[in-house]
Amino acid sequence: MSSSAQTDSKGAPQAGAPALLAEHISKTFGGERALDDVTFSVAPGEVHGLLGQNGSGKSTLIKVLSGFHHPDPGGHLKIYGNNVHLPVSVGSFRSLGLSFVHQHLGLVPNLTVLENLVVGDLATKQSAFLNWPELRRKALETFARFDLDLDPQKPVAELPQVERALLAIVRAFEDIRAEHEEHGVPGILFLDEPTPFLPKEGVEQLFTLVRGIVREGASVIFVSHDVDEVMEITTRATVLRDGRVAGTLVTEEATKDEFISMIIGRKVEPYQAVPQDFSAKAADISIENLSGGALTPTSLGLHKGEVVGLTGLIGSGFDEIPYLLFGARQAASGQITIGEDVVDVTTTKPKDAIDRGLALLPADRLGAAGVGELTITDNMTLPVLPDLRAWFGLDRPGMRNRAQKLGTEYDVRPNAPVMKLASLSGGNQQKVLLAKWLQTKPALLLLDEPTQGVDVGARQQVFGAIAQASEQGSAVICASTDYEQLSQICDRVFIFARGQIVQELRGADVTKDRIAEQTLLSLSLSGATTAADATGANA
Amino acid sequence: MTDQSTGDAPKKSFNWARELERYALLIAWVLLILFFSQVAPDSFLTWSTFSSIIFGSQAVLLVLTLALIIPLTAGDFDLSVAAVLTFSAMLLAILNAKLGWPLWGAFLVCLGMGLAIGLINAFFILFFRIHSLIVTLGTASIIQGMILWVSGSQTLSGVSNTLIEWVIVKRFLQIPMAFYYAIILAAIIWYVFEYTSIGRRLLFVGRGREVARLSGISVTRVRAGALVASAMLASLAGIINGGTTGGADPLSGLTFLLPAFAAAFLGATAIIPGRFNPVGSVIAVFFLVTGITGLNFLGVDTFVQNIFNGAALIVAVSASQLVRGREEQGIT
Repeated sequence: MSSSAQTDSKGAPQAGAPALLAEHISKTFGGERALDDVTFSVAPGEVHGLLGQNGSGKSTLIKVLSGFHHPDPGGHLKIYGNNVHLPVSVGSFRSLGLSFVHQHLGLVPNLTVLENLVVGDLATKQSAFLNWPELRRKALETFARFDLDLDPQKPVAELPQVERALLAIVRAFEDIRAEHEEHGVPGILFLDEPTPFLPKEGVEQLFTLVRGIVREGASVIFVSHDVDEVMEITTRATVLRDGRVAGTLVTEEATKDEFISMIIGRKVEPYQAVPQDFSAKAADISIENLSGGALTPTSLGLHKGEVVGLTGLIGSGFDEIPYLLFGARQAASGQITIGEDVVDVTTTKPKDAIDRGLALLPADRLGAAGVGELTITDNMTLPVLPDLRAWFGLDRPGMRNRAQKLGTEYDVRPNAPVMKLASLSGGNQQKVLLAKWLQTKPALLLLDEPTQGVDVGARQQVFGAIAQASEQGSAVICASTDYEQLSQICDRVFIFARGQIVQELRGADVTKDRIAEQTLLSLSLSGATTAADATGANA
Repeated sequence: MTDQSTGDAPKKSFNWARELERYALLIAWVLLILFFSQVAPDSFLTWSTFSSIIFGSQAVLLVLTLALIIPLTAGDFDLSVAAVLTFSAMLLAILNAKLGWPLWGAFLVCLGMGLAIGLINAFFILFFRIHSLIVTLGTASIIQGMILWVSGSQTLSGVSNTLIEWVIVKRFLQIPMAFYYAIILAAIIWYVFEYTSIGRRLLFVGRGREVARLSGISVTRVRAGALVASAMLASLAGIINGGTTGGADPLSGLTFLLPAFAAAFLGATAIIPGRFNPVGSVIAVFFLVTGITGLNFLGVDTFVQNIFNGAALIVAVSASQLVRGREEQGIT
């Protein structure tokens, strides 16, 4: 062992050194500090949690460590005591003993379990002949070691979500294990939010696998939103807040409240617009038993002029609601009542929804909301073409004037209707797309992450446009994980967990901290609610 | 609302590069004419060359190109258009020349066949969600087989003189009427593309299916409509071809496919760069025909046609790729 360490100093571990030591890592994006002097370490054989809200810098940190982002100068990274040159060159993390499992897992659904398992070898090893029976035997051996019951011949598409996650993790671990055998580096596995789409039993299975992996000497960095899970699986956890390390907690000694207050911080929020209370009035729009995707049957009522926020952890189903209501995704059940008009949502097509006064601004700005290579005029006038007709057909100058006028009203910069949508900044694109729908004076405006990738100034203008729409009598539903945004624009906020509403915040409770706190608590709340429902049903 | 001037500024500043790009193909065409007028015999640069060959002989190709740009705008390929053209000409010859049907009856059957094939293409592409390239490749082969079957692999002639009269014998400014039919069709398509909501929907369906769907457009209906339109216009091209040749042969119509694609993509680099557009298509067809005619005048072998058309297709697609790539970087 020691002789091999002398001959190959590159990957050999230094005795007593942490598995990973990152020091003074900073990352600036166009003047904005996404990571500010982050220092943390992970011990060999440790499951280390990485926690923080959206925008706290978790994903930036992971991307720096995987070589996707170049950090600002001044940072250091040591793996098992050996200095690693920053920026990490893309693709070299595997030879350093690092391996990443992202939320999308990176499996090819059409290929079999075995093919997916060896795809990493296929990419790197130059071998003309693949010994499939041998590979299969090895795969079964590996699965047996972790007590997994996976059929190597089965296409990944036929596996349940849990088994896909397990397969992706085993594959990542096998990648670094090969390195382990060569250099004696046990390796570090990054799991980036692996659990949101898994049922509770699935999470247990995944944790069993993680425990098996650390027993073999490797370390696991477990990135999550979910405090309960972090408390269950980790040894220690580092909390990021606003790009800085808020602290590292030893899990056994910390309470849940300590975690939550560390995640949220104790910053005092500036006072926001007064949420209006509509509860005295009967609902103008009511949604009943809406379900589909991750959402289990959910009912809620809305008032004209009210802005309602929907939030929750990833996978909790809240972000399905705008799409289900609009007919953009197929609803399994549900009906919506607008005034006298009662409609079955399961048969709704976007055209019907628009005719009924709904408007949807999807989060995928240039994929679903507008076409980047077409002009501002083309994009803005699409929903109102019938109004823009002259005797000979479409009134082209009229269309341009409409776009110009809306551009002025919503402060699109530059206000040049002939420009292509893609050549505007994210914030201005969003103003164009908001104007596209607000000119139809929708009865119900559905928003999904309306200010994602929108700069601070444009953000206020987008809020202004939303507020104006609600003053003119539109009801607004805004799905978002940006708690600050929700607290700024919403009269009420519903928090979702496991496909259902677990909490409704209104009035003075609509603050960033309250929303964040309740969202972090939501999984325990959902347990409580289910229990309450069950007793209710029994009674 | 009153402030109209702010946004007009970038529009009014004349962008030379942009304008040059729009008219590059037109300029290239003029240069090509000048080139051949220098190197080819004197007979090249005469009105009769232009009226009968360059403008007059390729109305069929022009109509077929116009047929193609409709599904291309909606994001679908239709490889069956040339087979539909050939089938339509063959049906016309069989019904009119062989069975003695009146012309209008034969026309209806040809257009009905186009309608049916358009619907079949649309059904497989949309219902089974198969790529249009695959489906229309298949239907093209099936139609080709049917042509050989109904014609007994024979060339037919004897189509009514009335049709021939109205397609190529009658002339205006020495140019056969078929040219004017094609130009009228181009004008109609231009109007539909630019001045109707249908044209806008077609464009959005081609550029952003999800955006179109979430803006309330029935993507399926628009795509089906585009495929039906291309098949019916291809049968119209077949009727014109019947009038041009006075009959039908089971194979020659297929040679129109590649030049039509080349012209469609070449046309998409002109006038409205980055968009399939009828005016660009018209210029592109004449550009290709001029090139081939000029080479013929130089006495070059006919195989050069294939090389010229194929090269034009690849150059055109590369050029439009460059245009798109640049625009993705946000330079307007």
